[in-house]
Amino acid sequence: MQRFERVAGAAVPLLQENIDTDQVLPSSYMRGLNPDYAAGFFGTLRKDPAFVLNQPAYRGARILVAGDNFGCGSTREHAVWAMEAFGLRVVVSTSLPEVFRENCVKNGILPLALPAADHSRLAAAVVAAAGRAPFTVDLVTQRIDGPDGFALGFDVPETQRKALLEGLDEIGLTLLAAPALEAYEASAREHRPWQQAFRHPA
Amino acid sequence: MKSLFDKIWDEHFVATRSDGLSLIHIDRHVLHDLHAPPAFARLQKSGYPLRRPELTVAVTDHTVSTLPVRDVNSSPQGAEFIAATRAGAARYGITLLDLDHPAQGIVHVVTPELGIALPGGTLACPDSHACTVGGLGTLAFATGTTELVHVLATQTLALRRPRQMRIRLDGILPQHVSAKDLILYLIGHVGSSLARGHAVEFSGPVARALPVEARLTLCNMVTELGGRTGLIAPDDTVFSWLAGRPCVPQGAQWDAALAHWRGLQSDDDAQFDHDLTVDCSGLEPQITWGVDPTHVLPVSGHVPDPAGLDQSAREQLERALDYMGLVPGAPLEGVPIDRVFIGSCTNARLSDLQAAAQIVRGRKVAPGVEAAVVPGSSGVKAEAERLGLDRVFVEAGFEWRSSGCSMCAGLNGDEGRMGERIVSTTNRNFAGRQGAGVRTHLASPAMAAAAALAGHIADVRRYSH
Repeated sequence: MQRFERVAGAAVPLLQENIDTDQVLPSSYMRGLNPDYAAGFFGTLRKDPAFVLNQPAYRGARILVAGDNFGCGSTREHAVWAMEAFGLRVVVSTSLPEVFRENCVKNGILPLALPAADHSRLAAAVVAAAGRAPFTVDLVTQRIDGPDGFALGFDVPETQRKALLEGLDEIGLTLLAAPALEAYEASAREHRPWQQAFRHPA
Repeated sequence: MKSLFDKIWDEHFVATRSDGLSLIHIDRHVLHDLHAPPAFARLQKSGYPLRRPELTVAVTDHTVSTLPVRDVNSSPQGAEFIAATRAGAARYGITLLDLDHPAQGIVHVVTPELGIALPGGTLACPDSHACTVGGLGTLAFATGTTELVHVLATQTLALRRPRQMRIRLDGILPQHVSAKDLILYLIGHVGSSLARGHAVEFSGPVARALPVEARLTLCNMVTELGGRTGLIAPDDTVFSWLAGRPCVPQGAQWDAALAHWRGLQSDDDAQFDHDLTVDCSGLEPQITWGVDPTHVLPVSGHVPDPAGLDQSAREQLERALDYMGLVPGAPLEGVPIDRVFIGSCTNARLSDLQAAAQIVRGRKVAPGVEAAVVPGSSGVKAEAERLGLDRVFVEAGFEWRSSGCSMCAGLNGDEGRMGERIVSTTNRNFAGRQGAGVRTHLASPAMAAAAALAGHIADVRRYSH
């Protein structure tokens, strides 16, 4: 997984509250062996040409500024895969469900929950920019910068910040414990060898 | 002060990950044709190697055809998924129980049958009925795709330690009341929320008296109880059943393993978050009536009546009864049926087929009823044929098919027709599970056999020889 230090690009506003994962990725887009997650991202809503994500200025959007409780409903990770496939790297709300937040971090997407006043300020700036000028989200300095001198500081839980900065997906996080894993395997081989190897069906 | 779960968990604990989750080592990782392909693709994309191919086995069960004579093209999804499973298994050097392998079968039938699952061990499988092997005293976890890839790359799962529930089963199971009836009763009686996310242990004289295959059936539906894992403490019943199976330890390792397994029980002073006792002595054969596994009644019961319920409960019940085409207050016995399915990881082992055959022997399936038996594995099928069970079923008018998940999930094209009422030995009766508009009644193999003969929901106790 790529390290996340700084992301710059268009920011798209989607300010309705309680947008659930079935809207983010309708289940019909999940079928088959090789689903097209980019096509599935807000797949049903995007059938309407007027939907915000269909505006040319937002096609390459990298930052989503969402209403409260974005990503509620089913905890399936596929919804985050759809965000990632579309190109988003940051999702900002006033609150995000816990498993959804964890799923974002696992996939290199920065989930930000801002205090209401900060979120309003950012949303206003994003709406005003209308996708024509980029915003920058910097995880190192913990700042968002935008057109017309817009600037905002943010907090993010340290474990999530570290995982994103180091490009650690879940496997990477686990493999930080590789020495303990190797020690476990060696000990189990010695004391409970039947757990560490078995005769396979011919 | 440790429970059986604690002992297995603690023994397999590797480390605490930086986000606070516990890394638990997985001794056996078993994949199947439906979820293996996307996992192999994601592993390849990640660039991580497959850490322990020697602890990994893949099977073909969900998408395979169950036609008596079949190949990879015999089922709609089969070709694509089986081909991708084969390619991934070959690429990563994993043993694959392919379509024509003599040990092919439903994953949760095969892992105990071959002795891949062992007492006191851990197992991960991307299927919600992984808990089945708890009947051997194996601590098994159902995984999603991402966790599957995590196990492939690290041979561990990152978990929060669950809370624990013990269900002590007292008394004696009456004749004709099987483990399937017992677990259906428990799901109806305890519901699906009390045990949610808990590790469940079954104990008590009834659990002790269950043969191994019955223990597997009991643990299979822990998922429908809401539990995360299921366990029954292993004992000589399990050890003698396992002895000599193809994948179990041998020689000095068997002796060492056995000595270790004899310590696998909860301490007398182990504490549980929920500790229940259930008297099994008065139980009857059970059957589901509705669209949720908690919708269970004894076969002598009557369709529930919405009158007198509060509005929300009444509307929910009315919707269920409407879907199921049942009249409030009507006796369950006598409800006409269209089809019977005997199969699945819940009830398709040899003893299940024997229980059904005993009811069916010398009798005929009722006119107009379609009935099929899908053995849980090719091994079970071969043994059943050696014993002549296939002839008993065929002479009675059942179809005798090849092994696979079949009508349980319907992913291979085996499904019912709109509006059909099916008595099924599977584990889920949700609306549309076995086909759009299909009405599923879950029951034991003997009850399913009785229904096939009667042409309606029937009390199996009237049919025993």
